[in-house]
Amino acid sequence: MFRQARWTEPLLKELSEEENGIETFKLKGFPENMVRDKLNIPNLPETRVIRHFIRLSQMNFGVDLGTYPLGSCTMKYNPKVCERIVLNPKLRMVHPLQPQETCQGMLQILYELSNYLAEITGTCRASLVPAAGAHGEFAGALMIRAAIKETGEIKTRNEMIIPDSAHGTNPASAAMAGFKVVKLPSNQDGLVDVEALKSVVGKSTAGIMLTVPNTFGLFEKNIVEIVKIVKEAGGYTYYDGANLNALLGKVRPGDMGFDIVHLNLHKTFATPHGGGGPGAGPVCASKRMEEYLPVPLVEYDGSRYFLEYGRPKSIGLVRGFYGNISVLIRAYAYIRLLGADGLREVSERAVLNSNYLFSLLDKRFYETPYGANAPKKHEFVVSVGKVLREKDVTARDIAKALLDYGVHAPTIYFPLIVQEALMIEPTETEGFEEVEEYARILNEIAYRAYENPEWVKGTPYNTSVGRVDEVKASHPRTICLNWRRLEKA
Amino acid sequence: MANFYKNYSRKKLDKVLEKIGVKDVEELYSDIPDEVKLKREISIPSPLTEKDLEFYLKSVLEKNMSYDDALVFLGAGLPPHYVPAAVEEIVSRNEFYTAYTPYQPEISQGMLQALFEYQSMICDLTGMDVANSSMYDWATAAAEALRMALRVKGRGRILVGENVGPERKNVIRTYLEPLECEVLEVKFDDESGRLDLEDLKDKAQNARALYVENPNFFGVIEKDVESMSEIIHDSGGLFVVGVDPISLGIIRPPGDYGADIVVGEGQSLGGWLNFGGPSLGIFACKGEASLVRQMPGRIIGMTTDLSGERRAFTMVLQTREQHIRREQATSNICTNEALMAVAATAYLSILGSKGLRRLAIEVFERAHYACERFKGIDNVIAPYFSGEFFQEFTLKFVGKDLKEIFRRLLEKRIIAGFMVEKCFPKLENVLLSCFTEIHSVGDVERFVQSVKEVMF
Repeated sequence: MFRQARWTEPLLKELSEEENGIETFKLKGFPENMVRDKLNIPNLPETRVIRHFIRLSQMNFGVDLGTYPLGSCTMKYNPKVCERIVLNPKLRMVHPLQPQETCQGMLQILYELSNYLAEITGTCRASLVPAAGAHGEFAGALMIRAAIKETGEIKTRNEMIIPDSAHGTNPASAAMAGFKVVKLPSNQDGLVDVEALKSVVGKSTAGIMLTVPNTFGLFEKNIVEIVKIVKEAGGYTYYDGANLNALLGKVRPGDMGFDIVHLNLHKTFATPHGGGGPGAGPVCASKRMEEYLPVPLVEYDGSRYFLEYGRPKSIGLVRGFYGNISVLIRAYAYIRLLGADGLREVSERAVLNSNYLFSLLDKRFYETPYGANAPKKHEFVVSVGKVLREKDVTARDIAKALLDYGVHAPTIYFPLIVQEALMIEPTETEGFEEVEEYARILNEIAYRAYENPEWVKGTPYNTSVGRVDEVKASHPRTICLNWRRLEKA
Repeated sequence: MANFYKNYSRKKLDKVLEKIGVKDVEELYSDIPDEVKLKREISIPSPLTEKDLEFYLKSVLEKNMSYDDALVFLGAGLPPHYVPAAVEEIVSRNEFYTAYTPYQPEISQGMLQALFEYQSMICDLTGMDVANSSMYDWATAAAEALRMALRVKGRGRILVGENVGPERKNVIRTYLEPLECEVLEVKFDDESGRLDLEDLKDKAQNARALYVENPNFFGVIEKDVESMSEIIHDSGGLFVVGVDPISLGIIRPPGDYGADIVVGEGQSLGGWLNFGGPSLGIFACKGEASLVRQMPGRIIGMTTDLSGERRAFTMVLQTREQHIRREQATSNICTNEALMAVAATAYLSILGSKGLRRLAIEVFERAHYACERFKGIDNVIAPYFSGEFFQEFTLKFVGKDLKEIFRRLLEKRIIAGFMVEKCFPKLENVLLSCFTEIHSVGDVERFVQSVKEVMF
C-alpha cells in the first residue's frame, strides 16, 4: 500500500525564529549610494535546513520510486554510475574560460559525444550547446531561417508546417524564430495527412517540423513521401527527436532525409530530469545545414581538441558557454555503457513494453482513437471518453487514482486532438512485471469507476496533499507567487 | 546488455510476443519503409562495463587542469564559489533529481514547495515581486527579458550596455534577430568603466528597453542607476538589470532603483563550475499584471487542496506557456533548470541573510586586497578602470605583452584571468581577474609574486 509522507512542513521563512535583519557594513572603496540595507533571506541552522529539504524530498515522486510512464517525457531509470562520474573534481572545478590546453579531457569527451550523436541520427554534425529540447528546436528553426535569409526569400517563405499532434514546443519555437505556423491535421490513422500536406506546401513553405514516431507513438509510414513533398516545395525538414528512443539503431532521421534533428538527452540517453531540468538538447544537421549550427562546435585537428567559433554562417550563440556539460557527460557515459547493440535493444525494449502494456489494457474502457491496429512504438494514446460519458469520470480522475497506487500518471489531455487522452510510455527500463502491474492497476481503476465513480473522483487519498485547488492557484484574487504575499494577507 | 536491464527467459518473451500478437520484435517495426531502415550497426565504440567506463572517464578527465591543481582567477560571468556539503546532500536526493516537471502536483509537493521558496528568495534578493522557477542561463534569461519588453512595449529599439558580458550580448542578438528590431550598444566611459550616461541619453529615444549589468563585465559597480532608470523610463522603455546574485549580499537590489526585470546567473548559488553548465537563469520582474502576463517560464503558486485546509503548491498561469498556448506562448521554454533552482534555494537557506552578507564582504575584501597588492608593481595599472568594483577588476599591463605574461604564468600553474582584448579590441593588454572566498590570502600573494617574476 502506497502512503506518501504528509509532513506539515512550513516555509523556510516560517521556520526562522529571529528577525531577518542584517548588520550594517562599511567598506573602503564601496560606493555609498549602493549599500544594501535590507535582506530577508531566513537565517537557519543547518540541521533545520536539512530536515526541511529531506522532508520535502519525501513528498516528491521520482522514477527511483516507481513507474513513471509520462508519454513523450521518457522517464526511464538513470544508471547510478553516471551520477558518480560527474562528481570528479576534474570536471566540477574546471572553468569554461580556461585555456583550451588545460581542458583537453573535457573537449575530447564533447568531441566524441558530438560524433556519436551525428552517427546515431545519420547526420553530419552536432552542436551540443542547447540546454533543452525546446532550446534545440529554437536553434533549428533559426538555422532554417538563416538558410532562407541567404536566398533572400524570408519575407515570403515564412510558413512552418506542424502537425496538430505535435508537442506545444514545436509551434512555440517556430513562432519565436519568426515563422507563421500552419497547422496540419492528422488523418484517421493518426498520421500526417499527405493530401492535406500537398495542399498547404508551396512557395511560402519554410519547412516542416515533425516528431517521429509521433505523439500517438505511431511511425509516419509515408515519411519518404512527406520529406520529398516538403523538399520539392523548397522547404527544410526538421525532426523533433523527443521520441527517438523508439528507433535507435533501427532507422536514422538523416537517412529519412531530414535536415535538422534535435535530441533530448534526458529522454533518449537517460540523464535524470531533475524535476524539470537541467536537460540537454543537442541539435544535429545534415550536410546542407551544418554550417548554420550554433557555435561553438568542438573540433579536433589530429593533435588537439578545440572550440570552433569561426563559422560565418552560424546562427551564433544561443546560450552562454558550451552547454549543460555534466548532463552531456552522463549521456556520453550511457552511450558508452550500451554500445550499438545496447542502444538498439533500448528501443526494442521500449517498443515491446509499450505494445505489451497496450495489449493488456481492457479495451472496453481504454479506447484507441487513432491507429488501433498499427504497431505502436515507444508510447501509445488511449481515450477514456466513454468512461466520462457513462460515469462522469475524467482522464484527470484516472490519473489521480493512479497516484494512490504508488505509480505516476501518464501524460493526460495530450495530444490535444484526442478527447480525455492518456498518453502512456512505460520506457525500456521497466520490466514486464512492472508493465503487467501498471496494466492491472489501470484496469482496476476503470472497474472502480463503474462500481464507485465517487471514489475515483475523490482521489488521490494517499499523496501528501489531496487534489489541488488549481482554480484558486491561478485566480487573480487568490494567486500567491511569493511568500511576501503571505505577510500582507 | 548493461545490468540495469532485466534479462528474460525465452519463455517469458514468447508469452509477451504472443499477447501482443506478433512473431518477433521486428514485426513491430514493419511500418518503417525498408528503403530507409538502417541495414548495419551504428558505428560507435563497443560497450564498456561499468567499472571500465568509470576508470576510462577518470583517465580522460585527468587531462584537465582544475582548481585543485592550479590557481585560477577566472570569473567573467561565472565566478567560482564554494558549495557547502549540505547543498550537495539535498540535490542528490533521488526523489528530486529523478522526477519530471511536476505535472501531478499532489505527488510532487516537495519540488513545488522548494521552487516556490526559490522564487520567494529570488524576489527578496532582487527586490522584484514575481520570479519564475528558472531559465536556462543568464544569457538566455537576458534575451528572453528583452523579447518580453518588446511584447509589453511594442516593437522598437533595444539598448544594451557595451560593458555587459560579451556572451550575453551575442545571445541577445541571436534571440532578437527574428524580431528585426534595432539593437544598439550604449558606450562605457573609458575612465571609470561605467555606462556612459550621455551616450544613453543620445540613444534613448524610442527605446523599448535598456539592458545593463551590475556589476558590469569589468567588475565595476554601476552607481548612476537612478539616472539610467529615469532615462529609459522617460523614453517609455523597461529597465532590465543583470546581476551576480552573491553581490546582492551588499549591493542594493535593482528593485530599489527602478528595475522592471532582473536577470542573472544562479549557477554560483550552490552549483559547481562544471565547465559552464548546468547553469541557472534567474528571471524576476515587477508585479504589474501587464508584465506578469508576458513572463516566460514556469511559475509556481501557493494554494490549498480542495478541502481548503491543507496548503499546497502547483504550477500557475500556464496559459502563457507552450503546452497550452502553442504558437501564441510567451516562450517555448519547457525543460528548464529546476534542480539548479533547488540547489540555489538550499544554498541561500544554508547561508541566510547573514551568511550571504558575510560572503559578499569577504569576496569584496579579497578582491580589494589583491588590487592593493598589484598597485605596487611597475607597469601594472590596478585597477585599470577607476570605478568601484566588487569581486573582479581589470589590470593593465603597460608596454607588456599580456599573452606572454599569461603563458608564463600558466607554466607556473596559474590561470591569471580573462584577457579582455579578445572581446574588446581597444582594451589591449587588459586582464580581468576574479577573487572569491575560494582564494586564500596566500593564493593572492603567490599570484602577485608570480606576476612580478614573469614580468622582470
